[in-house]
Amino acid sequence: MMEITEGSHAIAKIVARCRPQVVSAYPITPQTHIVEALADYVADCKLDADYITVENEMSALSACIGASAAGSRVYSATTSQGLALMFEACFNAAGMRLPIIMSIANRALGAPLSIWNDQQDSISLRDSGWLQFYAEDNQEATDMHIIAYKVAEDHSVLLPVFVCFDGFILSHTYEPVDMLPQEDVDKYLPKFTPYEKLDAEDPISFGMYATPEYYHEFRYEIDRAAKRAADVYRAAAKDFAGMFGRDYSGLIEEYRMEDAETAIVAMGSICGTIKDAIDEMRDAGKKVGLVRIRVFRPFPDKEIAQALAKTKRVAVLDKNISLGSKGAVALEVKDAMYGKTIPVLNYILGLGGRDVRKRDIAAIVALAEKGEGDMFYGLRKEVL
Amino acid sequence: MRELRIHGRGGQGSVTAAELIAVAAFEGGVFAQAFPAFGVERRGAPVQAFVRFDDKKIRKRSQVYEPDYIIVQDSTLIKDVNVFQGVRKGGIVIVNTEKKPDYKVPEGVKLITIDATSIALKVLGLPITNTTLMGAFAAASGEIKFSALENALKHRFRGELADKNIAAAKQAFDTVKGVV
Repeated sequence: MMEITEGSHAIAKIVARCRPQVVSAYPITPQTHIVEALADYVADCKLDADYITVENEMSALSACIGASAAGSRVYSATTSQGLALMFEACFNAAGMRLPIIMSIANRALGAPLSIWNDQQDSISLRDSGWLQFYAEDNQEATDMHIIAYKVAEDHSVLLPVFVCFDGFILSHTYEPVDMLPQEDVDKYLPKFTPYEKLDAEDPISFGMYATPEYYHEFRYEIDRAAKRAADVYRAAAKDFAGMFGRDYSGLIEEYRMEDAETAIVAMGSICGTIKDAIDEMRDAGKKVGLVRIRVFRPFPDKEIAQALAKTKRVAVLDKNISLGSKGAVALEVKDAMYGKTIPVLNYILGLGGRDVRKRDIAAIVALAEKGEGDMFYGLRKEVL
Repeated sequence: MRELRIHGRGGQGSVTAAELIAVAAFEGGVFAQAFPAFGVERRGAPVQAFVRFDDKKIRKRSQVYEPDYIIVQDSTLIKDVNVFQGVRKGGIVIVNTEKKPDYKVPEGVKLITIDATSIALKVLGLPITNTTLMGAFAAASGEIKFSALENALKHRFRGELADKNIAAAKQAFDTVKGVV
């Protein structure tokens, strides 16, 4: 049913319909309204889950790890410094192959202190073994949570997932969302069947130490599972499209790429503004298209290389910066394009909540046409 | 696409107004998008909230720079903030004030002043003007029906509080209907 509601509340409602058995979160800033709403559902007996309030985010994810290892479907949400505080536990969750779903309302990292949006938080955990999905709007953000459980819990994957959506820009925005009813979510998402679980009758261990003879192979297995997740994701999203009509089955989405000379590559809510800007540029006769990365982990390098193969130049927009290097998305796009002669130019933009307008997108396309890139876009004059 | 920018001060309910206007527009079959200009929330600090209206899905995510409509909840903002910036020709500006304007809106823009504070004080007993100005907006813009606004207010507030807010909005709606 179409409802108009805040992004965070739409996500909370759909997460509840995924029937998590344990929710653990740190309720104080940086946090979203999602876990506040879930706490209400549990208190009002609308959601049959254990809600574990903890003293910080590190404990929140640790509680999720324990609950998931014991065979429960679990959920958490965080952002920014909260995710940074989970750093250690993130690697453990992936290493123990626990299909935890966590919403990330993407926000900047301090210092300097910023409460505003960029994607530095989840990007900084790109090497942790968590799969990473990025939503363009609140419809996709809510739907992706359902798909994420299906992918994560598949026995050929068994990895945790960050469902990422831009903090404030999506999390605090009211817009219409088609909310799948409980029976539809139940039809799509079966009960969680753990591959292994902690059981006092039949004891096993999770996350024991691995000597140099074995650690290397454990990492190989995690990497292999992350790569297998690409096909599992495609199949899960195709099922979703078949049942509900919304198709997210591409790890990337191509927009007006058919004869594009300049391709923009980006992730998240900025892609909506980019699409509007592309329509205007197309009307003015410029051949511009967009490749939106929906799944950043596993990284869709082959799809990207194929989508960009016939372009004349590529402008990668990063709402993050690997300081001392480039934007994380640009680095991977350059890798995907290795051996080709198409220039891949990087633009760092929108950090710490700097607004990005259609005219900024047009300006970046103009820079790319002149071959000017690998820069912070839109810097204040006093730093130049 | 039509765009609304609301200027207020922290604590005046600008964000709530944006949300409820979007909810009311959605009831009328419009795709609506409402969001705040995220700031460091402090009581009294200048804040902004935005609403977009369109017949098709809205993809644009930037803030509103060229609004069709502007609501100014507190006329003392006019000397501190360029509240009329970017307003489109043919646009409508609604200012909450009891005074005759000593400022000018850009050419081709309609200015509507309403003493929403007095209405709110009389009907709600509080100088909270957001719901009153929503009534004024409904009448001036035609973007939302009063009945849809009433439903949105009933959904957000309970019992007597809902009734009072609806009454305040209605008074402003009727006042503005009389002048447009």
